[in-house]
Amino acid sequence: MDRPRKDERPDYKTWKDIPLTPVCNFTTIKGNPTGGWRTFRPIVDMDKCIKCGICWQDCPDAAIVWEEDHPVWLYSHCKGCGICARECPSDAIEMELEVKI
Amino acid sequence: MSTKKVISGNYTASYASMLCRAEVVPAYPITPQTTIVEKIAEFVASGQMKAQYINVESEHSAMAACISAALTGVRTFTATSAHGLVLMHEMLHWAAGARTPVIMANINRALAPPWNVWADHTDSMSQRDTGWIQIYCSSNQEVLDTLILCYKVCEQPDIMLPAMVNLDAFILSHTSEVVDVPDQKEVDDFLPQFNPEIKLDVDEPLSFGTLAFPSSWYMEWRYKIQHAHDLAAKRLVEEAKAFEKHFGRPWGGLIEEYRSKDAEIILVTMSTIASTTKDVVDSLRDQGRDVGLVRIKSFRPFPTKDLREALGHAKVVGVADRSHTFGNEGPLFTEVKGALYNHDRRPPLVGFTVGIGGRDVLGSTIEGLYDHLEKVADGEAYKEVRWIDLIGDEEEVV
Amino acid sequence: MAGKKLPLPEEELMDPGHVGCLGCGGCHAMRYTLKATGPRTIISIPACCWAVMPGVYPNTCFNIPHINTAFEVTAASISGIRAALDARGIEDITVLGWAGDGGTADIGIQALSGMVERGTKAMYIMYDNEAYMNTGIQRSSSTPIGAWTTTTQVGKVRDYKRAPKKNMVEIMVAHGIPYTATANIAWPKDLIAKVKKAMAVDGPSFIHIFAPCPTGWRYPPDRTLEIARMATHAKIFPLYEVENGVYTVKKFKKEASISEYMMMQGRFRHLTQEEIGSISESVVRWYDKLLKFELMTQEE
Repeated sequence: MDRPRKDERPDYKTWKDIPLTPVCNFTTIKGNPTGGWRTFRPIVDMDKCIKCGICWQDCPDAAIVWEEDHPVWLYSHCKGCGICARECPSDAIEMELEVKI
Repeated sequence: MSTKKVISGNYTASYASMLCRAEVVPAYPITPQTTIVEKIAEFVASGQMKAQYINVESEHSAMAACISAALTGVRTFTATSAHGLVLMHEMLHWAAGARTPVIMANINRALAPPWNVWADHTDSMSQRDTGWIQIYCSSNQEVLDTLILCYKVCEQPDIMLPAMVNLDAFILSHTSEVVDVPDQKEVDDFLPQFNPEIKLDVDEPLSFGTLAFPSSWYMEWRYKIQHAHDLAAKRLVEEAKAFEKHFGRPWGGLIEEYRSKDAEIILVTMSTIASTTKDVVDSLRDQGRDVGLVRIKSFRPFPTKDLREALGHAKVVGVADRSHTFGNEGPLFTEVKGALYNHDRRPPLVGFTVGIGGRDVLGSTIEGLYDHLEKVADGEAYKEVRWIDLIGDEEEVV
Repeated sequence: MAGKKLPLPEEELMDPGHVGCLGCGGCHAMRYTLKATGPRTIISIPACCWAVMPGVYPNTCFNIPHINTAFEVTAASISGIRAALDARGIEDITVLGWAGDGGTADIGIQALSGMVERGTKAMYIMYDNEAYMNTGIQRSSSTPIGAWTTTTQVGKVRDYKRAPKKNMVEIMVAHGIPYTATANIAWPKDLIAKVKKAMAVDGPSFIHIFAPCPTGWRYPPDRTLEIARMATHAKIFPLYEVENGVYTVKKFKKEASISEYMMMQGRFRHLTQEEIGSISESVVRWYDKLLKFELMTQEE
């Protein structure tokens, strides 16, 4: 069999294509965007942010990435649990109701 | 150079696991299997066998450890019997589902209550649907040869199935016979190291057994187990030829036909009952009676095609089961009937439940079965399922 | 890359997109643990929330080799993995068993006991959300006294769980395990340090991680870490290590009220102040005992 790839959803057409052993490695980053679960969206006020990394540390979904010196929310995956907003020591994050378009 | 050793069926299994270079052996004691793992522990302690011996706390854990070790990419072996085997049940399904070529010796023993440690096939018959290859042996030599052959077939990349090699409690497990034990080089030349392409590997990480929905691929993986059994049926025969060429000793096929090709009355059975039956057939043939034997060696994959060819010409077929499916009949009987039902030549069949809980199946017992089958062949009315040698009375038709 | 130093190791071996509930403490536990172990780790996971959370085929959130196994065999599975690595002479891999409280304290305790008794070099982590959460909040032996679950319903004839929580760390101590500890997702650095210690042990190690569950404990998902902190500050979940029999208890100046901790969660809502009072007494009794263990074993 062809080894499954981390970054590519396998394109199996028949039972002959799937690996004999049930294995997979397609990353949920690409395969399972959970952002659609969200009811409240965390919005950071960068003027208040002290860049301590607590929000990054406390995210149960690893959905906050650290770019240069500040947090960036992966809204494609953030489920909106609100832990970042509650734990932020400088109160820089607000949870805002998602507006469905 | 091979050596002739006079050893029990159990020690034969221990020697086979060493010669096949099993790398991980998780094991738990149970009568009458225990001497297999004791011997392996001795081999490992003396340095003769380079294996990781795990003193697990149950058979269930033994099988779980085998599966995870096999998925890490090594050859595994374990042995069990009766309650140990049925305790493993969940993990037997797991071994097949995970496509791990775990090889196991099972000593066929009855289940309690009441306690009974003697020969009976209920333990392995009740594991029929787990996806394991099941081979039933008639001699200690066959135990050794079948274990080597199973590793060879089961580890092939398109097979990757677990296999259970069955031997009757005490009748084989504790009986010494002359066994031709090949030397290490001979086995190494036949059986290369196990190196599966897919394994638990930190350099190429994969997730094994992740949740699969009804809509995609669960059913296909189950079909692939069936497909592998279909392939294994062919591969066992092909590799048996290679085995014969290499070791100079035949293994044969999925069934063994003994004086049955021209026989009108054929008894189908397995394991050591078949050995006794051969003697009975010889003596009845000497009396001019038209009898033969078909021994099923591979119960899974089931040899439907072979049985149709071997039994189609018979006037009557009897099936002797050393186990019983309560609420119905002997499982082997059901399967043989099923194999013949869609065949254009379909002889009448009679099921015999015999030797339960290790009750002796003597030559005279088997002769009685042939007597019965002859009457059926002569057109006498017959019961489809018989319990043989019940004390005092026959079974009751309700 | 961090312009400023981040509080924890940066590498993520658990990708976003897993299907854990909002605010799931089990996800913190996994993320921090893998930050400690690094990529040369094989993880075995039985039936539990984490059997489902990695994703539906062909997805996986893991960047390490991961094997699903049956409910009761985590410890047997990692014993097999370690034996296989030993058979091939591979030494530099962490073998990690990762199971919930039901899979550890109930159905998996036999295999765990066997593995620890054998001295297998493997790390076993119980992430404790105090009930069978994957099947929907059923009582486990790790459910605390007083809790409502779907199988300890509060009604006229029967009410909440009356039996106290099974103490897995003490059961491990009784096995003479070289390293065991409790950890709490509210103290990630401490958790990571304990996992690293466990990795260095030449034998079995067991870590009990407190992982609150908003879905099952009935509290809003943003309060997971707050509740986790309160549990330790209130001494309901003391943080301690036992290294070769020697106890070290982490002490905190900050205290929290047991009553407040319990009243924040719907699962304890039915309890009277009197009942909470008696639970509090047992909490204090155990904590005092721990301090005595510490004193006694440190002196030896």
